Amino acid sequence: MSEVAAYRAKEGGSMRSYTVGFIISIGLTIAAYLLVTQKVLSGWGLVYAIIGLAVVQLFAQLFFFLHLGRGPNRKWNFVTLILMLIIVFIVVAGSLWIMHNLNYHMTPQQMNQYMRQQDGGI
Amino acid sequence: MNSFASLLGKLDIHALPHDKITQGGAASLVLGMVAVVVLLTYFKRWKWLYREWLTTVDPKKIGIMYIVVALLMLLRGGADALMMRAQQATSVGAAHGVLSSDTFQQVFSAHGTIMIFFVGMGLMFGLFNLIVPLQIGSRDVAFPVLNATSFWLYAAGMALVNLSLVVGEFSAAGWLAYPPLSELKYSPGVGVDYWIWSLQIAGIGSLMSGINFFVTIVKMRCKGMDLMKMPLFCWSVLTTSVMIMFAFPILTVTLTLLALDRTLGMHFFTAGAGGNAMMYVNLIWAWGHPEVYILVLPAFGVYSEIVATFSRKSLFGYKSMVGALAAIAILSFTVWLHHFFTMGAGADVNAFFGIMTMLIAVPTGVKIFNWLFTMYQGRIHFASPMIWFMGFVFLFTLGGVAGVMMAVPPIDFQVHNSLFLVAHFHTMIISGVIFGYLAGITYWFPKFFGFKLNERLGKYAAWCWIVGFILAFGPLYILGLMGATRRLDHYSAAMGWQQLFIVAGIGVLIIGLGVFFQLLQFGVSIWQRKARLDYAPDPWRGRTLEWATPSPVPVYNFAKLPEVSGRDAFWAMKQTKQAAADKDFMDIRLPKNTPAGLLVAGFAFAAGFGIIWHIWALLVIGGLGVLSSIIIRSTAERTEYTIPAKQVERIETEARARESYA
Amino acid sequence: MEESAVVRPPSLKEERQEADSKTIFGFWVYIMTDCVLFASLFATYAVLHNNTVGGPGGKELFSLHYALTETLLLLTSSFTCGLAILAARARDKDKVLFWLGVTFLMGFGFLGLELHEFHSLAVSGNSWRRNGFLSAFFTLVGTHGLHITSGLIWMGTMMIRVAGSGLGRINVRRLTLLSLFWHFLDIVWIFIFTIVYLMGGAGV
Repeated sequence: MSEVAAYRAKEGGSMRSYTVGFIISIGLTIAAYLLVTQKVLSGWGLVYAIIGLAVVQLFAQLFFFLHLGRGPNRKWNFVTLILMLIIVFIVVAGSLWIMHNLNYHMTPQQMNQYMRQQDGGI
Repeated sequence: MNSFASLLGKLDIHALPHDKITQGGAASLVLGMVAVVVLLTYFKRWKWLYREWLTTVDPKKIGIMYIVVALLMLLRGGADALMMRAQQATSVGAAHGVLSSDTFQQVFSAHGTIMIFFVGMGLMFGLFNLIVPLQIGSRDVAFPVLNATSFWLYAAGMALVNLSLVVGEFSAAGWLAYPPLSELKYSPGVGVDYWIWSLQIAGIGSLMSGINFFVTIVKMRCKGMDLMKMPLFCWSVLTTSVMIMFAFPILTVTLTLLALDRTLGMHFFTAGAGGNAMMYVNLIWAWGHPEVYILVLPAFGVYSEIVATFSRKSLFGYKSMVGALAAIAILSFTVWLHHFFTMGAGADVNAFFGIMTMLIAVPTGVKIFNWLFTMYQGRIHFASPMIWFMGFVFLFTLGGVAGVMMAVPPIDFQVHNSLFLVAHFHTMIISGVIFGYLAGITYWFPKFFGFKLNERLGKYAAWCWIVGFILAFGPLYILGLMGATRRLDHYSAAMGWQQLFIVAGIGVLIIGLGVFFQLLQFGVSIWQRKARLDYAPDPWRGRTLEWATPSPVPVYNFAKLPEVSGRDAFWAMKQTKQAAADKDFMDIRLPKNTPAGLLVAGFAFAAGFGIIWHIWALLVIGGLGVLSSIIIRSTAERTEYTIPAKQVERIETEARARESYA
Repeated sequence: MEESAVVRPPSLKEERQEADSKTIFGFWVYIMTDCVLFASLFATYAVLHNNTVGGPGGKELFSLHYALTETLLLLTSSFTCGLAILAARARDKDKVLFWLGVTFLMGFGFLGLELHEFHSLAVSGNSWRRNGFLSAFFTLVGTHGLHITSGLIWMGTMMIRVAGSGLGRINVRRLTLLSLFWHFLDIVWIFIFTIVYLMGGAGV
C-alpha cells in the first residue's frame, strides 16, 4: 500500500470524508438559521430544535473532521471525550439549576412580579 | 517626570509596607533572599544553579524543587497561623491583640491561599514528579519541557504572593475572594489583583501538569504494566489528574471574570449593573470542591504504599481501592453546593447536594477499611511514616464524620462558617494531605538521597504534629458549636471563649515544635549523611518499581526499562531473585536542559506584575515575551542528548559497588 | 508486539510513531480541558444573558445574517484546513501552503467581521461595561476570538516553517495539532452561533 493509502486506512481522513462533513455541516447550519428566521418554531420547541441540530453537527464534525473513532489513540480519545462531556453536563446543568433556584429564592417578591411582567418569565 | 510616573501605573513609594508586622515579614523575606544570593556568589555556584536546577527537565530534580518551595511556603503559612492564634487568644474585651483588623484579614487570606495553592499543590506535584515515572517503569514524563514550565509557573505565582508582602498589600477578602468584597468598590487596592494573578499563573501550571501526568500514565507505562497492575499511588495520580484537567479550567474562567470586573469595568458580579455575585460563589466552588479532593487523593495513594510496605503485605482490596478513587473523582464534581447551603437555594437543591455529599463519604470509608484490613495480620513496622498514617486514620475519621454531619443542610445552617467548619477542613487537610505528603517525603527520601532521615527526630515530629493538632483544633470544634464564627479578630469577654483559644494557641506552638523537629531532622540527617550514607536501594523492603533502582536514582532511572507481569512488581522480582541487569546495556536518549520554562514563567511574572499595578508596558512586554519564548523554543532542533551504553554500564556498576560496600 | 528471546529495543520508527501518538493525544486532552473552559463561559452567559438592566438584548443587537456569514466563513476554513492536512499527508508542499493560506485568509476575515461587530456595539453604547449580559457576551465570544487569533499566529508561523524547511515529520505533526485546534474552534463556534446568536435573535 502507498503511504498515503495506508495512512487513510489507519488514521482516517480523505477528500470524501471532509467533503461529506462539510456539506452536512452547511446543511445543519442553514437549517437552524432558517428555523429561527422563518419563525417555524418558537419558545422551548425552537430551543430544543436548534440545540439538537448543533449537537448533530458536533458529532458530524467529530467524526468527519476530527476522525473520532480512528487512529492509534481512538480508545483513549473517546474515554477522555466522554469524561469531559459528563463533567461539562454536571457543571453546566448543575450551575443553571442552582442559579435559577437561587435567583428565584433570593429575589424579593415585588421584583419577581416585576420581572414576570417584563420578561415573561424568571 | 509626569510621564515617567504614569509609566509606573499605580506603583509609588506608598506601596512599601506601613505596619510593623508586615515590615517585619517583608524584611525577613528580603534578607532571606539576599542571604541566598550572597551564599551563591561566595561559593561560586551560579553556573551550577543554572545548569543543574534552573534549566533542568529531569522530573526528579523538578520534584525536589517543588517540595523545597512548598516546605518554605509551609513556614510562611505557619507563621500566619501563629499570628492568627496569637491574635485570637489575646484580642478579648478591651484588648485588641497583636494585629490590626486589616492586617488580620490579609493574614488569614494569605494563610489559606498559601497553604492550599503553594504548600498542598506544591508537595503534591513534587511527589508526582519524583515517583510516577519510577513507579510506572519509565524514564521521564510525557512532556518534559511542559513539566519544567509548570514548575516555574508555580514558582512565579509563589513569587507574586511573596512580593505582595514587600510591595503593595495582599488580598483581605479570604482565600476565595468572594465579590462584592473582592470587587473594585470594596477592595480598591492591589491586594485582590495580586491574589488573582498569582493564582491564575500557578493555575495554568497546574492544569498543564494535570494533562502531563495523565498522558504519562496512559501512554508511558512499561511493558506488562496494565492499568490494573499499577501501584495504587499511580492510580491516585491518574484520577487526580483527571480532576485537575476538568476542574482548573473553571478556576481560570472564574479568576478571569473577576479580573475583568476589576480591570475592564465589566459586570459579572456587580449587583447594580446586572451582575450576579452568587454566580461567583457557584463557579469558584465548582472548582473548589474538586480541588480539595485533588489535594487529598494522592495522599491516599501515599498511604496505600506506606501501609502495604510497613505491614509487609500487599494492599487489601486493590480493585475496590481503584474503584473508590474513580468514584471519588467523579463524585467530587457533584457536591459543590454544600459550601453554600446557606446562600438561599431551595430545599430541593440543598437536599440533592446534601445527599451527594453523604454519598462521597462512602468510597473514602472503603479506603479506610482497606488500609486497616491491610494491617490486619501483617508484620507491622512502626517507622515514622506509619506514625503519620496512624495519626491520619484516627483524626481523619473523626473530622470526616464532622463533614458528614454538615452534609445535612439543617445542621449546616447552624455551623456554616463557624469554627466547627474551620476545624473540620483543617482536620481533613492536615491529617489527610499534610501528614500524607510528609510521610511520603520521609518514605521516599532515601531513594533520592541515598540515606534515610533521622528516624527518632521524625517520630518526635510526627507525635508533636498529632498532639499539637488535637490541642489546636479540638477546641475549635467546641468553639464552633458554641457559636464562634470564623475570621474573628476580636470578641467580647462575655463569650467565655478565651480559654479555648489559649489551648488552641498552645496546640499550634506544639505543631511548631513538630516543625522545628523536622527542620532539625533535615539538618542533622544532612550533617550526618556521610555516616548514614548506605546507598541502600531498598531500605524499607518496598514492593514497587521505584525501589528497583540505585539510590540516588541515576538520571535515566532504569538502565533497562523493566518488564512486569503483576502487581507489586518489585516484590515479585525479589521473590524470584531476578538479577539486576549487568549486560546488554544500550545508549539512552534523554531531553536536554532548556531555559524555556524559566523564561516563560519569568515573562508571565512580569506580565502579572504589570496588570496588578496597571503598568501596561510591562504587561505587553511580558505577554510578548511569553509568546516569543514559546515560538523560539519550538524552533529548537537537537533537543536530546545521548548517554552512551558504556557510560550507563559504568554508572550501574559503580552503584552496585556502593551498595555492597555500605 | 512480536515475541523474541532477546529484548529488542524499539526501532527508531516505532519510537517516533510512539512519540507522535503521545503528543497528538496530549493535545487532544488539552482540547478537552478547553471545552470545560468554554462550558464555564457558556454557563455564565446563560445565567447573565437576560441581565440587560433595561437595555437592548440579543434580539435588538444581533444581526442573524451577519452571524451566519461569519459561521459559513469559519466552517469553510475548517474544511480547507482539512484539505491542507490531506496535502500534508501526501507530502505536497505547495498544496499545503495554498490551502493553509486560504484557511488563514478566511480565519482572518472571520476575525475582521467579529471585530467590526464588537466595534459597532461598543461605539453605540453597548460595550462590555454596560451590563452583565454584554460582559458575558463579549467575554464568551471574545475568548473564542482570542483562540482564533492564537490559531492564526500559529498558522502563520507554520506556513513560514513549511515554506522554509518543508514537510518533515515534526512539521506534519504540528500541522496535525493545528488542524485539531482549528476544527475544535469551529465546533465551539457552532454552539456560540446557536446559543448566543440564534437563541438571542429569536428572543429566547
